[in-house]
Amino acid sequence: MVCKTSRTIVVLIVMIAMMSITSHQASAADEFIEINPFLKKIPLAIPDFKPLSEGAPARETADETARLLAETLLFTGYFNILDKGAYLEDPRESGISDASINFRSWTVIGAELLITGGVYRSTDAVEMELRLFDTFQGKSVIGKRYRGRYQDRRRMVRKFASEVIYYLTGSRGFFNSEIAFVSTGTGNKEIYIAEFDGYNPKQFTRTNNITLSPAWSPDGQWLAYTAYPKNRPFLYIKHRYQKRGYEVGNKGLNITPAWVPGTGDTTSLENMRLAATLSFTGDQEIYLLTGKGKIIKRLTKSWGSDVSPTWSPDGKKFAFVSNRSGNPQIYIKDIDSGRVDRLTFQGRYNTQPSWSPKGDKLAYAGMQGSRNDIYVIGFNGRPPVALTHDAGNNESPSWSPDGSMIVFSSTREGASRIFVMTAFGTDQRRLLTLPGEQSNPQWSPNKHLN
Amino acid sequence: MQKKVWMVLALVMLVPGLLLMTSCAQQSAVEQDTTEKTTPPEDTSAKTGDEDLQAAAAKRAAEQAMNQFLNEHIYFSFDSAELSAMAQDTLKSKAAWLRENAGVMVTIEGHCDERGTNEYNLALGERRAESARAYLIDLGISGSRLSTISYGEERPLDPGHNEEAWAKNRRDQFKLR
Repeated sequence: MVCKTSRTIVVLIVMIAMMSITSHQASAADEFIEINPFLKKIPLAIPDFKPLSEGAPARETADETARLLAETLLFTGYFNILDKGAYLEDPRESGISDASINFRSWTVIGAELLITGGVYRSTDAVEMELRLFDTFQGKSVIGKRYRGRYQDRRRMVRKFASEVIYYLTGSRGFFNSEIAFVSTGTGNKEIYIAEFDGYNPKQFTRTNNITLSPAWSPDGQWLAYTAYPKNRPFLYIKHRYQKRGYEVGNKGLNITPAWVPGTGDTTSLENMRLAATLSFTGDQEIYLLTGKGKIIKRLTKSWGSDVSPTWSPDGKKFAFVSNRSGNPQIYIKDIDSGRVDRLTFQGRYNTQPSWSPKGDKLAYAGMQGSRNDIYVIGFNGRPPVALTHDAGNNESPSWSPDGSMIVFSSTREGASRIFVMTAFGTDQRRLLTLPGEQSNPQWSPNKHLN
Repeated sequence: MQKKVWMVLALVMLVPGLLLMTSCAQQSAVEQDTTEKTTPPEDTSAKTGDEDLQAAAAKRAAEQAMNQFLNEHIYFSFDSAELSAMAQDTLKSKAAWLRENAGVMVTIEGHCDERGTNEYNLALGERRAESARAYLIDLGISGSRLSTISYGEERPLDPGHNEEAWAKNRRDQFKLR
């Protein structure tokens, strides 16, 4: 009798022990696994939009608007847009508003979300009615009407895309952002700027000499960069839209500008803050400057090179590259305490850090052999994760303003091109192609919609 | 043994002495020729031809020395600004040239290969240029004659994507100002 009871107790104890071990493992696993929203894409249906006025131009604009919206939402990586061939209903016939939708015919093909549109077109003007439906709830969750010039139709589509993303994620996304990058098409490295999806690239600088390292101010109104028009590496701070700017020409290096997020009154350049590497003392250190380039104070203090600052979103810390341990690694400095901690311990050459606007991760270029790959590392002591593998040389990562995507350069197709991917490394694809080679992309903040 | 040593010493002292005497003799001979104005025409033209040849040879030698100064580069190991023994030797001959051409001002350009990233390479290029500058100053060249500039990986000499090309690009290059 005693034996049986003690055996049962032993079995119970072992069972409880095993259960607690497995549940402990489960919670540990939860800590390790970050949910990747880009793996399980939301099935979205975007049927053809309905022309609400007569004539071919209206039909064309309706088609184009649906296509633009599909492309814009596809770019985010959150959606799987279902093939039109599978649709059972055509809202051009049945209607685009709540009352006309037979939600069953959409849920049955697997669509969780549905977007319908109606488009008015006169010669110069456009009006669009756009609705987002939750098919399982059986109702519209966003309904918007936009009116404006025909040439502003892309902006209207992006406004709606921003509403969709805000509904799904609580963040406005990046539809009003731009990407600055370097291209050699003219024979010299110059800075170009394109819209976030690669549309409409335009040359921004006309240095006719080496131009590098574009950096956007927090309000997206200024660009700082290094250029050699006077045959030395000077720092330039140039307005994005108006012809005005400032020059920083200390002896030696004036390189790697990085604006401090959310500093001061952003309508006053003087109150904005910029970190940059200067070497006029003979030592390569990171300094804090005003938006106009005036030196406020030195931020780093060590033997060797300190370059490439990148700020945390609250502006209280910055990461940078230093070779103080013998080869280039990434360090973090806390402005208040002055404390410097080393972040990267894997690999012998880690550079080009970029702090995620979400604050929790840093992307950087890590060299293995003679190639670089894009890595992402958190601040909790866990090892870094490579987002690119066996795909040429990948450098210069820069986060989208909502931290959901990364733009970088890659030579996987031969010449260096600008690529984008989600923050988890999925959906890697080329952003655009221009003559020459493209490199050093920088994603701007999401600018105020005007 | 000692006798041999004395003989060698005597020779060592005699030979330069003899040379000096003969060169002095030549010098005085030349002076005599220029003050006298009775030398026949053929002799004069032979003498100026000689001077032309000497001048031309000197000019060529000077050009060669300058070309060597400009075209002989200092090379570095990957991610390093340290001067190798060979680099130091090259810098010694550059210092010699700078001493012989006292008025000349130069710029030392620091370059890197394409493998690193642009920004870090701008810093490394400057360290390479400064490394050479410091060494030349140690050899007695005035710092005010030597300016530096970094081009990072932006101005490779060899556009290739292999170790051979990279080794050629990891350099300091001297330019006249």
